[in-house]
Amino acid sequence: MEAQQQLQRVKETARPVIGLWIIGGGWVALLGACVLAVSLGAADIDFKTVWSAVFQFNPERQEHLIIWELRLPRVIGAALVGCCFAVSGSIMQGMTRNPLADSGLLGLNAGAAFLLAVCFAFFPGLSYAYVILFSFVGAALGATIVYGIGSWSKSGLTPIRLVLAGAAVSALLSALSEGIALHFDIGQDLAFWYAGGVSGTRWSHLQVITPWFIMAMIVAMILSRSITILSLGEEVAIGLGEKTGRVKLIGAVVVLVLAGAAVSVVGAVSFVGLIVPHLSRKLVGYDYRWIIPASAVLGAWLVVLADLAARLINPPYETPIGALIALLGVPFFLYMARKGGKLS
Amino acid sequence: MGALEAKKIHVGYSQHLIIEDLSITIPAQKITTIIGPNGCGKSTLIKTLARILKTKAGTVYLDGKEIHNLDTREVARKMAVLPQTAQAPGGLTVFELVSYGRFPHRSSMGMLKAEDYDYIHWAIEVTGLGDLKDRSISALSGGQRQRVWIAVALAQGTDILVLDEPTTYLDLAHQLEILLLLERLNKAENRTIVMVLHDLNHASRFSDYLIAMKDGKVIKEGTPSDVMTCEVLREVFNIDAQLAPCPFSAHPICFSYQLCKDVEYVYR
Repeated sequence: MEAQQQLQRVKETARPVIGLWIIGGGWVALLGACVLAVSLGAADIDFKTVWSAVFQFNPERQEHLIIWELRLPRVIGAALVGCCFAVSGSIMQGMTRNPLADSGLLGLNAGAAFLLAVCFAFFPGLSYAYVILFSFVGAALGATIVYGIGSWSKSGLTPIRLVLAGAAVSALLSALSEGIALHFDIGQDLAFWYAGGVSGTRWSHLQVITPWFIMAMIVAMILSRSITILSLGEEVAIGLGEKTGRVKLIGAVVVLVLAGAAVSVVGAVSFVGLIVPHLSRKLVGYDYRWIIPASAVLGAWLVVLADLAARLINPPYETPIGALIALLGVPFFLYMARKGGKLS
Repeated sequence: MGALEAKKIHVGYSQHLIIEDLSITIPAQKITTIIGPNGCGKSTLIKTLARILKTKAGTVYLDGKEIHNLDTREVARKMAVLPQTAQAPGGLTVFELVSYGRFPHRSSMGMLKAEDYDYIHWAIEVTGLGDLKDRSISALSGGQRQRVWIAVALAQGTDILVLDEPTTYLDLAHQLEILLLLERLNKAENRTIVMVLHDLNHASRFSDYLIAMKDGKVIKEGTPSDVMTCEVLREVFNIDAQLAPCPFSAHPICFSYQLCKDVEYVYR
């Protein structure tokens, strides 16, 4: 009888078990993708050299230098950026019950990129530790404008309307960013943010964003159960005794930090935060205690591979990573929009 | 002292007040039903009692304490709420959704304890969802979904249940099943039940206490015999009702009705 009950419970809560496999296997796959990404590129380096570069670094070997100074920070940067976008997207989707929520589609990324342009124009040479703060504020600015415009309309904030507002605001902010870039002649500096993807990532950048990333992820995990409850609807969440105001506020801060951090590394890349949470939900179910870590792994995986593809498609030139991800993202977006924006 | 009390509450959305200066007491361990025409503020009232809406002025008391000063999680252990338009992400299974009813009781780790499983299984059984336990919500009919939400509220294991139109979407037999279940929870376990119902006869038959509202005001409150009268129904719904005792409960029910022709006259 006892055993039967146990079995029953395992069945009822089977998705966490699957989730554990996916997240565990995901880390292994991510590690594999990272090794591959470090070794492949404009100059191919075999795995043995990668291994020795990591564990027996020899500054006189050029390949070791390439790996240490260029490839490793780049790949780690790509993984972090993927985590950030994907987790911010899943938190947004959970809290707002908007299946089209993504920091790119809702204007956060464009806002962050805009303030980065402002920062470069007016405070050139500012240390990256401060630059990233501009990015956070910019993400908040973008979100505020989009939600402000979205809520003007009487019928309220429907997912599609928010995305439309996001597209309009993003277009405006990108145009302004370009204007600033032209006027202050900082196009070179900014090009790195818009097209360069993660190629410019250095250890010094990672040193700055990693603490933010870790803090945001810890808070996201603490918040995850409350996000699940919020995803049942505001009234239900209040009825179940959740402090919805507080959860939303903290969640919003986490989203801004994650999106802002990611944009400060890679630029305004959309769709990672849209695709990955949906994929995670399909795999691990609807509990954000599982969706958030699963999104982190899958997001990292997606961006690492996208960045690898960006290097391999037309070497030695780099294909913009944002364009590559959009190749996946746009059809997916159209599919979601056709479904009428239902969260399932 | 009532289980829930509203004292001189004012409630509304932005500029427009829906309820002005309303005071009521929901008797403990009784079934209380709020009735009234569409847009009379009954949903607003029940949401305010359930602390989903905040008052602009006045206070709601739960067991004599100001509800907004209590820890909301503590409130959730005493009072469960079924909102009118609850919608869950479609891919959740019935079991998963019902298990969230235990949210206010769970430890910070969030693991379900044996007691939680007992509550969840009980809630699923009494709402007749045993066979659908592992089905995803998106595969259920409207009536089945409604029963799942009732199961969520039951799994919360509270002394007070607040339900906004629990019988919507349900066919006749399922409506009755839910109401009989609520009656059983009230009679056998002394739970306090407050709900909004559209069906006057159900309201009268199953309630100990009725509150009739119109235009944000309480027109009449009391036992079904006090409230289900021709005069009250005329004033509240603009209908001329033909009333007779219900063969099951002896409370008055309306077996047919006509729109008032002389509404204007009655009001003057």
